Amino acid sequence: MMYGYEWDTSSTLAFATSILPILGIGLLVTLQAAAVGYAIALVFGLVLALLRRSRIRAISWTVACFTEFVRDTPLLVQLFFLYYVLPDFGIVLPAFMTGALALGLQYSAYTSEVYRGGIDAIQRGQWEAATALNLSRFQTYRDIVIPQMIPRIVPSLGNYLVSMLKETPVLSVVTVLDMLGLANMIGERTFDYLVPLSMVGLIFLPMTLICSALIHLVERALPKSGIPLR
Amino acid sequence: MTSIIRFQNVTKRFGALTVLDNFNFEVQQGEKVTLIGPSGSGKSTVLRILMTLEPFQEGKLELAGLSYHEPNGRGTFKASEKHLHKIRSNVGMVFQSFNLFPHMTVMRNIVEAPIAVLNMKRDEAETRATELLRMVGLLDKKDHYPSQLSGGQQQRVAIARALAMRPRVLLFDEPTSALDPQLVGEVLGVIRDLAREHDLTMLLVTHEMRFAREVSDRVCFFDKGRIVEQGEPEKFFTNPEQPRTREFLSSILNT
Amino acid sequence: MTWMQYLAPLLKGAQITVIISLASIVLGTILAFAAGIARTSSNPIVSGIAFVYIVLFRGTPLLVQLFWFYYALPLIGISFNPITTGIMTLSLLTGAFGAEVVRGALLAVPVSQYEAARALNFSKTYTLWHIFMPQAVVEMMPAFGNLAVQNLKDTALVSLISIADLTFQAQSLRNITLDSATVYTLTLVGYFIIALGLMLIVRLIEMKLRRGAAFSRSAHS
Ligand SMILES: Nc1ncnc2c1ncn2[C@@H]1O[C@H](COP(=O)(O)OP(=O)(O)OP(=O)(O)O)[C@@H](O)[C@H]1O
Ligand SMILES: [Mg+2]
Repeated sequence: MMYGYEWDTSSTLAFATSILPILGIGLLVTLQAAAVGYAIALVFGLVLALLRRSRIRAISWTVACFTEFVRDTPLLVQLFFLYYVLPDFGIVLPAFMTGALALGLQYSAYTSEVYRGGIDAIQRGQWEAATALNLSRFQTYRDIVIPQMIPRIVPSLGNYLVSMLKETPVLSVVTVLDMLGLANMIGERTFDYLVPLSMVGLIFLPMTLICSALIHLVERALPKSGIPLR
Repeated sequence: MTSIIRFQNVTKRFGALTVLDNFNFEVQQGEKVTLIGPSGSGKSTVLRILMTLEPFQEGKLELAGLSYHEPNGRGTFKASEKHLHKIRSNVGMVFQSFNLFPHMTVMRNIVEAPIAVLNMKRDEAETRATELLRMVGLLDKKDHYPSQLSGGQQQRVAIARALAMRPRVLLFDEPTSALDPQLVGEVLGVIRDLAREHDLTMLLVTHEMRFAREVSDRVCFFDKGRIVEQGEPEKFFTNPEQPRTREFLSSILNT
Repeated sequence: MTWMQYLAPLLKGAQITVIISLASIVLGTILAFAAGIARTSSNPIVSGIAFVYIVLFRGTPLLVQLFWFYYALPLIGISFNPITTGIMTLSLLTGAFGAEVVRGALLAVPVSQYEAARALNFSKTYTLWHIFMPQAVVEMMPAFGNLAVQNLKDTALVSLISIADLTFQAQSLRNITLDSATVYTLTLVGYFIIALGLMLIVRLIEMKLRRGAAFSRSAHS
């Protein structure tokens, strides 16, 4: 029994259906973690991308090294790092927040590259034209850069959302009770891992497929007339 | 004389578009035939069908006595891969964009098929390739990669590559259209030499009218999937009968 | 214990990490080629099986796959030791992602190459391996480099099925010393160094392939 739901181990099917409500609660946690993590990745990634373009060498270089380092090291270890080291510095966060932070951090390294690619794809002449037209830096970004960037970056950003969704189960390692965490707990108590773990896989599969399809739709719906995408 | 190529009422469609409509066409062994006609008239399609790169829907086609397929009306090759293989061993093709294999040297481009398909010994294949390269004037380029050659040189290698398979029929699909004007001559020179080979049957699609007149035994004007007019080059170019032919010739000669 | 003393256990773990990563990259690459080629097959059963495999492994979380093979599969009488389970799962995942890379690169070879090969009467198999593959492989390398690093990062999860890899050793060290900052920093640096090594290897292979195929160097355009 968990969250007030009894499981019924009389048959595989009965077991599978009886744990669905419990996994549903975990699914909510999974989705929340992905949402918070993704929000962090979108914002912090942009900050990294802009810092990377800084004219001050020390800043752009440090940021470049940092993103490369974060990109090339495992999420799990980064998660452990945040989970155990932050409290040493007096920062005590709930496990869920630490997890979302780790996800966001890792993926901000990816998204920053996406933003960077999007900005770099805008030809030099456009910046010069904007200057020639006396547009302010803010206006240049708002009217010239961002409208061209969006159709270029949305597909990659979308793919990273799906990847992140698939990495959220790692949070169960630091006691977050997401879908996998709950499935493991059910497994421990019933000595049947096959059903709960298979269920988690079966729930993830349509979720990632639908997500990918939605991103594809958004991608196609974006206004991109006249913007060379490659 | 026997026909080596025989199209009998061949119909070829791409979806709703009929490219060849009850097409009849014969080529004699050793004959050099030029196909001319406006863009989109189906000239390439004729060659591609012969090369088994395209299926056709209706009619009969034979090459060197081998039938392409019993038509089943569904536009699929009914003939087995093995049978098509046999047909192809009689035909070679030179493409507009050369289509050399970019990852192989000139020499390997030429010897690869004789070794892998005809089971020729490497020495023998290389000896023959050397001969062919000398013929097209590129022996010194044998260890180069295609990307290191000019378009004209690439096309000459492509001709040598096709010849290395000893085809009885050689198809040329606008072999000089992708070339800079100053490179056209060298390729036409090679084809002109080839045209002296008595036994080789050549089917050539080109926009080079002077050249067509010079090398071919017969010129066919092709429009909307049918041959509108054909004949000896002298007569064809000096005194065409059909108004449509005259119109086409004047449009092409004036540009 | 000073940080120097942490190195011995961490290095031991790093060895396991490298072995698992290399083994699953090699096996995964083989799977990637098999499934990627199968996907381009005209036989619907062959391409169908490959499709299901790819969708299944790309669409579910690695950790779920890993636990499924480790905890669930033995319940229906199939069990492997942890190392085998780890390598197998990682290979299957890398293979599924790699298959799409292989398929994409094969589809990117121009049709005109196929037509030239057909005109020269090469068999389908010969065309695939001698005409298409050499051109496609060069294009695959950058993507495979990314997959290799992803694979390395993913190996950290095998610590959760009791394999004494780098992450596992880090966890044990932290439990003993409680010196989290030092232990995890060293561990992250360790992974970073291995990742750099992997990238170097992939670069070297790519350079060798490109040299063997000077075609990318375009003298004439
Ligand atoms: N694979 C295809 N699918 C659909 N339509 C095609 C295909 N290949 C050719 N066509 C159409 O068939 C018609 C004949 O094409 P074909 O290439 O034979 O013309 P062509 O006489 O060689 O023209 P060009 O001088 O431009 O090379 C054209 O209208 C073309 O658009
Ligand atoms: Mg054509």
